[in-house]
Amino acid sequence: MPNGFGRLGREEWMSIAADQQPKAGFNVFSALRGATGPLIGLVLLCVFLAFATDKFMSVRNLLNILDQISVLGIMAVGMTLVILIGGIDLAVGSVLALAMMVMGYVANVHGYPMGVGIAVALVVAAIAGAVSGLLITVFRVPAFIATLAMMSAARGVANMITDGQQIVGFPSWFSLLAYTRFGGFLTLTVAIMIVVFILGWIYLRYTSGGRSLYAIGGNPEVARLAGINVKLFTTGVYVVSGLLAGLAGIVLAMRLDSVQPTAGVGYELDTIAAVVIGGTSLTGGKGGIFGTLVGVLIIGVLRNGLNLLGVSPFTQAVVIGVVIALAVAAESFKKNR
Amino acid sequence: MTFTDRTPILSLRQIRKSYGPLEVLHGVDLDVRAGEVVALLGENGAGKSTLSNIISGAIQPSSGDMTWLGAPYAPASPRAAMDVGVGMIHQELKLLPQLSIAENVFVGRYLTSGGRIDRKAMEERAQAGLQRLGLDISPKRVVEGLSTANQQLIEIAKALTLNAKLLILDEPTAALGGEETQLLFRQIERLKSEGVGIIYISHRLEEIRQIADRIVVMRDGAKVQEFDSGDVPIRSIVEAMVGRSLERMFPAVPAPADHVMLEVKGLASPRGSFRDINFSVRKGEVFGIAGLVGAGRTELVRALTGADPISAGEVVLEGKTVTPRSPADAIRNGMVLVPEDRKLQGVVLDHPIAENIAYANLKEISAGGFISSRKLHQFADRYIAKFGVKGRGSQNAGELSGGNQQKVVLAKWLACKPRVVVLDEPTRGIDVGARSSIYDTIMELAREGLAVIVVSSDLEEVLGVSNRIMVMAQGKQAGILDRSEANDVSVMELATL
Repeated sequence: MPNGFGRLGREEWMSIAADQQPKAGFNVFSALRGATGPLIGLVLLCVFLAFATDKFMSVRNLLNILDQISVLGIMAVGMTLVILIGGIDLAVGSVLALAMMVMGYVANVHGYPMGVGIAVALVVAAIAGAVSGLLITVFRVPAFIATLAMMSAARGVANMITDGQQIVGFPSWFSLLAYTRFGGFLTLTVAIMIVVFILGWIYLRYTSGGRSLYAIGGNPEVARLAGINVKLFTTGVYVVSGLLAGLAGIVLAMRLDSVQPTAGVGYELDTIAAVVIGGTSLTGGKGGIFGTLVGVLIIGVLRNGLNLLGVSPFTQAVVIGVVIALAVAAESFKKNR
Repeated sequence: MTFTDRTPILSLRQIRKSYGPLEVLHGVDLDVRAGEVVALLGENGAGKSTLSNIISGAIQPSSGDMTWLGAPYAPASPRAAMDVGVGMIHQELKLLPQLSIAENVFVGRYLTSGGRIDRKAMEERAQAGLQRLGLDISPKRVVEGLSTANQQLIEIAKALTLNAKLLILDEPTAALGGEETQLLFRQIERLKSEGVGIIYISHRLEEIRQIADRIVVMRDGAKVQEFDSGDVPIRSIVEAMVGRSLERMFPAVPAPADHVMLEVKGLASPRGSFRDINFSVRKGEVFGIAGLVGAGRTELVRALTGADPISAGEVVLEGKTVTPRSPADAIRNGMVLVPEDRKLQGVVLDHPIAENIAYANLKEISAGGFISSRKLHQFADRYIAKFGVKGRGSQNAGELSGGNQQKVVLAKWLACKPRVVVLDEPTRGIDVGARSSIYDTIMELAREGLAVIVVSSDLEEVLGVSNRIMVMAQGKQAGILDRSEANDVSVMELATL
């Protein structure tokens, strides 16, 4: 029996196969991965602000926006991975503060070189992520609870390091990294964010690990039966989320030229908001880095624009709430139509 | 007595349904009388679900008339249909597991007295409904933990409590074992004698002959044949369903090689769901596993492929001990499982077909951990074509019929080039036409020299495809029968040991 499989004749399947030849080359629309809605929103927002204010469209202001979103953007990449596998990481704001304090403690209080301080801070942040991940995979604590616990514990440790005091007085080159525009254009902090976004994008789109995360988010049992090491990937994703929160902490320290244990309060919610606005599904399995970039930009542009328009911070919070609700409602509406 | 009253309780005349320019029902007539079971048969996509959804008010017909007890009937919602006495029992049970039986029966229409929920009245009436079905379960018990058969009966009790005069049962036995099916049938007989009309949708033709008074066969949105008796040769029914004559139901089973591929020695589960299992499967052999629900078949094959833990014993593959500790472990050794529940364990429904096929083959498709979309699609397209999946790689798996979803699962696993393939209930909920292509695939695998293990509750299927059959009863292996000595009687004798 030459064509033992299926009941379709040769011609039939040849014609089906011909239909499905993927188009060669880079396809912009497939890169967006369902983030077209948020992208349109972002463009409309920029057009509106360009006409409503005279400062918005200046190069200087646009570069400022990039500076302002660098912390959020770095954390949002990690959060995208976490939400993609159907998890959540509430600890990122606290881990950010913990990493800042560890860096300040090692470098300033103990006088080690900044590089050592940064390295130790990143390791501590990754360990915090690993603890969350192991709680989830080994002890089967729900992600919401495990990271809620880590959120509280990491904030506590951050405060214990200096008994709640801030640390100031870093070398001047350190904070200049956040303000010197290399080539008249990019600060190091923005460059870090861009690199993190590109790495995240490549990982999710072009590696088997990235595909595995989609499978786990789509249905962890299907993924496990397909031979994907679900526990290892899950733990790894929380480690990355912690590590990136730590990196965001270093970037924030550069921008503030100080570290304090109260930094980053509520950042986890901004981060989740950016990811969700960018079209990544909270139930997992759907979304991507490009959408998150758009989500982060929407939040950044919105904050910046509302400032330029002289809207009070209180009203800004209301507007951001409305945008989150609208973005997610629009996606659900589109899906269920 | 209503039973002798031959005027229909429900009549459909020229019912049509269109979605945009596409007409999916082409003028269907149907009568259901009190106290009769009308079997509604057809392949997936024949229009059975559309028709039953129209009767139960979930969707509205584009044209045509319905009459209910002599009056015009046009339900605007399932609730409106329920209120006049039409109850639909869906294939996927819609009970709320954390609520009690009584609460489930009255959910959305709680009985109240003086503004407060009257639990006592609800429990009494639910109790009456349960008793009508001969169920001895307290209505206060929560649904969670009840067997599928009992949940099914509770759905029926719910409809009865709400005074249903017509029940639509959609694949009620899909998840039931032989004994549970008989229990359900006894209750259906009882309801018939009380004058309840029943529309019975199923893919299991053997049970249709047992339960149906009339058979209505649909194909491509139209009624193609009506039999005025349930006792019709299965072949005639199948031919009406697929619209062509069948030469055979099962393909010829190839003879296996002498070389032993897989040996299982003293396998046991830590939870005790099976123990002391010993068997071997040769190259090119189809090894059937039969038994009643709860006999431990699914648990055994899941453990065999690393999905569940093993507490004792070993698995030997071509002389090498490979007792798996995880699915990844089993896959590395070339042992794969096509699981029982496609939707929960086989495919990610809202992901594309191509990705679904790729998930078990990421290593093969990637180079140094990197994957290109193009390569992934090329890989998937090859297997989509090979297995005749009717769909494009970019389509979501959830858009496919059950048969095509199963082909996606098969494609995913067979792309791994396994040595042992375990299929757990490979044709559950799949229509007749697609079944035969899955049987063809099984034989093709055997001819290619794989060891194939097939677990099935469908006795005819196990008998039809296997070289040898192991029968399990209560977690133990009751015996292994050769194809020549196996028949429904010898298997059932062992299964009920």
